[in-house]
Amino acid sequence: MIASASTSGLGAAIGASLLQLVVVVLGGPLLMGLMVKIRARAEGRKGPPIRQPLLDLRKLAGKERIHSEHTSVVFVITPLLLVASIAVAIAITPLVTTSPVLGRSADLFVIVFLILTGSVSLALAGLDSGTAFGGMGSSRAMAIGALAEPALLVAMLALSIQVRSSNLPEIVSATLAHPDWIANPERLLAFVALLIVVIAETGRIPVDNPSTHLELTMVHEAMILEYSGPELGLVMLGQAMRLGFLFALVADLFFPWGIASNSNPARLLLGIVLLGTKTTIIATGVTLIEISTAKLRLFRVPELLTGGFVLAVLAVVTGLVAR
Amino acid sequence: MTVHLYLYGLALILAGALAGTLLPARSRVSGAALLGSIGCAMTLIAATRTLLDGQTSVYQTSTVLPFTGVHLLLDPFGALFIVVTAVLGIATSLYGVGYARKIQKSRIETGMFPLFLACLVLVPVAASVVTFMVAWELMAATSFLLLLAEHRSRPEARDAAQWYAAMTQFGAAAILIGLVVLAAHAGSQSFAVIRLHAPGLSLGVRSTVFLLVLIGFASKAGAVPLHVWLPRAHAEAASPVSALMSGAMVNLGIYGIIRVGNGLLGGGVLWWWLVVLAIGVASALYGAVQAVASSDLKRLLAFSTIDNIGLVLIGVGAAGALADTGHRLLAALAMLAALFHLTNHAAFKGCLFLAAGSVQHATGTRDLDHLGGLVRRMPATAFLFGIASLSISALPPFNGFASEWLLFQGLLHGFATKNSITAVALLAGVGALALTGGLTAAAFVKALGIGFLGQPRTPEASTAHEVAPSMISGMVLLAIPCVVLGIIPGVVLPVISRATDVGLGGTFPRSVQSGLGLRLSGLSGMIEPVLLLLALLSALILAWGVLQLVARHSARGQARSVEAWGSGRALLTPKMEYTATSFAEPLQRVFVDVLRPSHDAEVTHVAESRYFEHEINYRLQIDDAIERSWYRPLIRYVMAWGNIARRVQNGSTHRYLAFGFIALVVILVVLA
Repeated sequence: MIASASTSGLGAAIGASLLQLVVVVLGGPLLMGLMVKIRARAEGRKGPPIRQPLLDLRKLAGKERIHSEHTSVVFVITPLLLVASIAVAIAITPLVTTSPVLGRSADLFVIVFLILTGSVSLALAGLDSGTAFGGMGSSRAMAIGALAEPALLVAMLALSIQVRSSNLPEIVSATLAHPDWIANPERLLAFVALLIVVIAETGRIPVDNPSTHLELTMVHEAMILEYSGPELGLVMLGQAMRLGFLFALVADLFFPWGIASNSNPARLLLGIVLLGTKTTIIATGVTLIEISTAKLRLFRVPELLTGGFVLAVLAVVTGLVAR
Repeated sequence: MTVHLYLYGLALILAGALAGTLLPARSRVSGAALLGSIGCAMTLIAATRTLLDGQTSVYQTSTVLPFTGVHLLLDPFGALFIVVTAVLGIATSLYGVGYARKIQKSRIETGMFPLFLACLVLVPVAASVVTFMVAWELMAATSFLLLLAEHRSRPEARDAAQWYAAMTQFGAAAILIGLVVLAAHAGSQSFAVIRLHAPGLSLGVRSTVFLLVLIGFASKAGAVPLHVWLPRAHAEAASPVSALMSGAMVNLGIYGIIRVGNGLLGGGVLWWWLVVLAIGVASALYGAVQAVASSDLKRLLAFSTIDNIGLVLIGVGAAGALADTGHRLLAALAMLAALFHLTNHAAFKGCLFLAAGSVQHATGTRDLDHLGGLVRRMPATAFLFGIASLSISALPPFNGFASEWLLFQGLLHGFATKNSITAVALLAGVGALALTGGLTAAAFVKALGIGFLGQPRTPEASTAHEVAPSMISGMVLLAIPCVVLGIIPGVVLPVISRATDVGLGGTFPRSVQSGLGLRLSGLSGMIEPVLLLLALLSALILAWGVLQLVARHSARGQARSVEAWGSGRALLTPKMEYTATSFAEPLQRVFVDVLRPSHDAEVTHVAESRYFEHEINYRLQIDDAIERSWYRPLIRYVMAWGNIARRVQNGSTHRYLAFGFIALVVILVVLA
């Protein structure tokens, strides 16, 4: 426990958390680039390099900041809060090591509402610009978010009931101790439910199309339309971090093998490499789903999310019956 | 003694009522507010002392009420409700001073407000059937009159008052019957004696009594399907009164369920609490869905009250069910979560209603579709509304997050129960908690984003002014607990858990440890909101630093403010903005079966050709679907019988004399 650890233990925990943060800040954009690349290759194109999102960030950093004259302080704080909230989630979740700083506070409920904090502030910023597009994006994003959140929470409940705790480090160590859990029916159901939520929360096809600028289908892009320059860069970084974090979280909850249980540099390195491999596999899988499906009509999206919610409920029920 | 301090406070509040009625117009509002606040502060101190030392104090007098006298008992459970009410009372009294400056208040209204406040702090200490019912009915009567106060300027208030009167009297009758059955069996109307004798009653009688009082208290709490009066009354009342109704009066419905169910009847059987849990799930979901669809700011807040009361009832129901299946620690945890959420709800909903009142005060409307851009004209109100919105959306590190986390933990650990019906009910509870979480966030993004951000949609909104300092300070007083209870819940909760024990009726294990963070005892689960806040702040500062560093190296340093891109046209009118109605449209479509809105499109063609439209009028109305499908037929039925009964009464004196004669003959025949 961190509470009983010495200052050096706390230092190691903070170091581990910062390491996770660096890994996801760099890895998130790379995963996004990878997904674009896989899609391009599958369609017979060469595609931009995998590090393109990082290059985009550098380009945006040099541009001018322009605000709509109707905006308030919400518009200025949102990019910062989006990045900060997801950064806290990354720092306290056991991704590379099982003992990050504040690990005892790393409750699934905390993670869900930290993600919601980012979504809420983005939606407010969309309305803050006083334009039609911003409002449209906010309205749609909140509608999708309001339906994705219950599926997320109930899917996580299914995992928590098994461990009798919603504390992430405990769930991860229990999963490590029981390798046979991978084939549990409730875990499989929860996995599918969580995957649906992750696709919705990261704005991928079939819920949202990250590369569209067509007003009929835009969700996330409409909401951030008024951002420019370094602030747009921060919003894009936040989105990339959210994608990297959610993929890593899925890997973590279902296949946590290889995560470092101490601060030995070799173990940490192994943890990073395995995390990279696992998230790459998940990213590839999500891209394959993207390639093989068309984007759903906006008003069909709730059906998909309701499906996710039902699967999550089934996961809980299966877990209770099997007990 | 503590109870004497409480009584002096009560007397001062009553003096406030007198001051509000008798003082000249110039000083009566501030006089009543001053006396009322000091009185509230004294009851607050007395109640806080009771919560801290856990002592119970009694007061009896044979005066005031003839035949029965008055029985008062100040225990930690009632004290929690007094603390909540007293803080709200001070804040609303303060707020009322500025609020009354523009609107001339009548003597009755200024006098009635402290009287209502006095009833609200009196109900939780009433310790006999008569004392309780007198306080309860006085509370209903005063709030009814306060609701009617503005009926001349707003006829809708009459309709709301009528609904309120009908529902509250129906509820009070149910409670009275239930309590009288208990008192008749015990041979005494004192709660203490009733509690001793209640186990001797048969289960059937106890269940009937429980269902009766549940109906009565649930109608006061605004639980579905007895909620129909609440969205009307809370929306139409003056905002300080709305804040008191939503933050304090509905709580007393919860108080009654726990006091009678767990206290007087001793916990009862499992299915009672499953019924309570089911009502909670229904209320939470229905309230949240209606709140999302509503574009009237105060109606939205009223429906969100139904949603939050539902969450509290889920906790209360889970606690009762877990106590009956022998999980005492888990029961204490769920009850603690419920009471904590109730406390938090009073803080943020009180603040929200007061802020909504400020908006109405400044712009003359509470329709979100006519607002917008208020953050520039009313920065303090917007900021406080923002804090309360984030709290109610359960975002960390505000108080709504702490109590919803605790409720989630209570339900999660409750799955340890072996009883499968309870497990299913708990799952429904978690589902409701999860669904309302997302829907509440959507509703309050709408309220805050459409109402306060963007461009003003009407001239009234663009010329709004910030409200008086006394109104702002009233809101600040309620915003402070939203932040403090969220950041250091571990300091407050051990105190609230004293109320939990008394509420559940017995000694229960302590479910949380005291400390800076919030840590369950005997179970795995912990959050440290202070450290989370620190982490969030340092991440914010880090991100800000990076942005500044980057901006310094870029072409131009400062952000430039220009007109937003209007697709090539140099005009961007407020008409292009999303409205509250359009914002809610996707979710309204999803929940169309629950909301059952009525559409109406009216197309007028140009005279020359019917292929060209001249004007399209589209109306969308979302009313209360439960009211329409359950209450309207009931009202029609009652009216039909009323019409039949009217035939008997045609106004002819001869006929009435004949009725009297026939009745006399019938009675004589029967007696003979």
